[in-house]
Amino acid sequence: MSNERMSGAEIVIKSLVDQGVDVIFGYPGGAVLPIYDALFKQNSIRHILVRHEQAAVHSAEGYARSTGKVGVVLVTSGPGATNAVTGLTDALMDSVPVVCLTGQVPTHLIGNDAFQECDTTGITRPCTKHNYLVKDGDKLARTIHEAFYVAASGRPGPVVVDIPKDVQFAEADYEPPHGRGHVSYRPQVDPDGDKVERAVALIAEAKRPIFYIGGGCINSGPRACALVTELIRRTGFPATMTLMGLGTFPASDKQSLGMLGMHGTYEANLAMHHCDVMINIGARFDDRVTGRLDAFAPNSTKIHIDIDPSSINKNVIVDLPVVGDVERVVERILARWTERNIVPDQPALDKWWHRIDQWRAVDCLKFTQSDEAAIKPQYAIKRLYELTKDRDTYISTEVGQHQMWAAQFYHFDKPFHWLTSGGLGTMGYGLPSAVGVQVAHPDSLVIDIAGEASILMNIQELSTIAQYRLPVKVFIINNEYMGMVRQWQELLHGSRYSESYSAGLPDFVKLAESFGATGLRATKPNEVDDVIAQMLAADGPVIVDMVVSKEENCFPMIPGGAAHNEILLGPNGQAEQEASEQGMVLV
Amino acid sequence: MAKPSRRLLNRAWSSFKPLFDPQQPTRGPHDLGPAPVWSKTLSELIERHTIAVLVDNEPGVLARVIGLFSGRGYNIASLTVAPVNEDETVSRINIVTSGTPQIIEQIKAQLDRLVPVRMVRDLTLEGRHIERETALIKVVGEGADRREALRIADIFRARVSDTTIGSFVFALTGSPEKLDSFIELMRALGSVEVARSGVVAIARGGAAL
Repeated sequence: MSNERMSGAEIVIKSLVDQGVDVIFGYPGGAVLPIYDALFKQNSIRHILVRHEQAAVHSAEGYARSTGKVGVVLVTSGPGATNAVTGLTDALMDSVPVVCLTGQVPTHLIGNDAFQECDTTGITRPCTKHNYLVKDGDKLARTIHEAFYVAASGRPGPVVVDIPKDVQFAEADYEPPHGRGHVSYRPQVDPDGDKVERAVALIAEAKRPIFYIGGGCINSGPRACALVTELIRRTGFPATMTLMGLGTFPASDKQSLGMLGMHGTYEANLAMHHCDVMINIGARFDDRVTGRLDAFAPNSTKIHIDIDPSSINKNVIVDLPVVGDVERVVERILARWTERNIVPDQPALDKWWHRIDQWRAVDCLKFTQSDEAAIKPQYAIKRLYELTKDRDTYISTEVGQHQMWAAQFYHFDKPFHWLTSGGLGTMGYGLPSAVGVQVAHPDSLVIDIAGEASILMNIQELSTIAQYRLPVKVFIINNEYMGMVRQWQELLHGSRYSESYSAGLPDFVKLAESFGATGLRATKPNEVDDVIAQMLAADGPVIVDMVVSKEENCFPMIPGGAAHNEILLGPNGQAEQEASEQGMVLV
Repeated sequence: MAKPSRRLLNRAWSSFKPLFDPQQPTRGPHDLGPAPVWSKTLSELIERHTIAVLVDNEPGVLARVIGLFSGRGYNIASLTVAPVNEDETVSRINIVTSGTPQIIEQIKAQLDRLVPVRMVRDLTLEGRHIERETALIKVVGEGADRREALRIADIFRARVSDTTIGSFVFALTGSPEKLDSFIELMRALGSVEVARSGVVAIARGGAAL
């Protein structure tokens, strides 16, 4: 097949089309004008104009995480690229496949401190899975195709392709995707047979087992989630999910113990602490999950299934690492389970479930909502769940207390419907991410559960929502504090609320109206249902200002430096003042 | 209500890299071979490893490797790099590093994860290998010191690469330990400047990477 000649900018567009891209998120500028010109002359790719480059990456993340496809970003050089850095780091930490195309000053000016020049590949090297600077137009198409391969394969992540302006203008050869993979980057997807065999043996003889399910299952795809669900159901074992793994296994299933970790449920954390066999599928023993490492699940045999060998033995020494794609590994485990006709040790399991049910009976997420008092944030989210669970609802969040309450009180029965910034904890993630989800799923209900502080970090995206008439619903849990900061100050810093009060807040109802959206407010518990109903009835975008009690804390909580069995149930526990200095250091 | 005691919360634990408490069993009852040794102190656990990395010879690849070490807080004792195949598309990076077995395992896994990295080999773990380093040592002195420097150079089979009335430049190739000893001796005899190449290493025997 003879290669076609075209300009670099046209090569960019053709490469994206050949990669199956239908929408990109971006912001124009001097160093990407040729690409925007090529974009103008075609109809295959839709461009969503964001209002800040960080939001472009978060939107692409929302798009990617809710569709399983690669999200694509197009930004200019210099400030365009540096603004994207937070989004790229977020995508790296949460393993989201994103390809970010950045403009660059012409090759002859690189290194001259030219206008809007920055060392994009240097700056983004530690916050991307890989990056490229394309100096030769003939390599442009090949590089973009490779970028898609790298972003989506193995443990997914963000990839930057930096394209100087002269390369965008110059004529060069277009090369279609070859589909042969990569010369040096070939992640292992199929597990070693004997590892699978040993995993099956360990699972079969477990007496107090637990499945510890992470975001890797969701990255592995819908079939992987279905297989994991099948494995959990066939074994009859309890399962807990990380923040990123929520939705893999239905939260409404009685085998689900909910989320684990710092703000996870009592039963999940105690089951982790007392288990004898832990089956980690696609999770990475994050410090929010493990708590104090030397007391993490003592006396347990740990199986760790992960596609990234560097996740193995990074924080926690495991007994049986199984490197491979979750889908392939779990498929093989299920196949051997059937072939060997394994029946788990039911009497032991019954005893184990009995203990778990006792922990469950503590009802760690209990709260009391009186009619006269202020709205409890937990109540608001619980009602939101009850009133939206029968629809195809996507939930994104910002970062903080509201995020943890959303994870605790909004139950996900399906994967790909929960979008949150887990690893990096990026305030301002939720709104742009909801934009990406709504673009990908125009007819679905997309709700950003936000805090009044977080929402202001990317509030400019209301303009994007207005421009494209995206019916995104913003559900602000407004306690007039950076709630999680305030909570830590209360528990660890003697209630000295240093700079955590949200002064100078806008009137969110008027703010909504100024962007052509509907603004709603609830201040009393009996208004909650009505406001949610009005929000759902509105065709366009809505901002709900849910004015909640200011002093509510997020429990259960494992303090920094504590073990799973040292979980605090709150409220008003006396232990708060006893937190150690070592614990305070540990964010 | 579970309530953490002050004693539990106050138990010291390291802030960055996990240091496992040898008293706490972290493994289960299932026999899966020898457990990692956590009964030693941290300094006893530190091992020196020589790692060979084959990479695509492309711009920025060295920065990626070095950035990985600095970003994650790993040590680099020595690092050398040069293209090694016929058409210069592949470079070999020889790294001497140190850390606990867990850190060494992480370093290799993290290196292997870099897209332009083709192969990572732990020469220390894989058996017998040869390490060589070259040093140029400038010695300034007169009289007896000068004669002594020349005699020691002869013992070490260092070559005199440059000489003036008052100075020598010795060139010496050998194991890093041999270089250390020679440089140490020369220090007493007027050594004023040392340039070392860093370690290159290769496995013994006929097998190739």
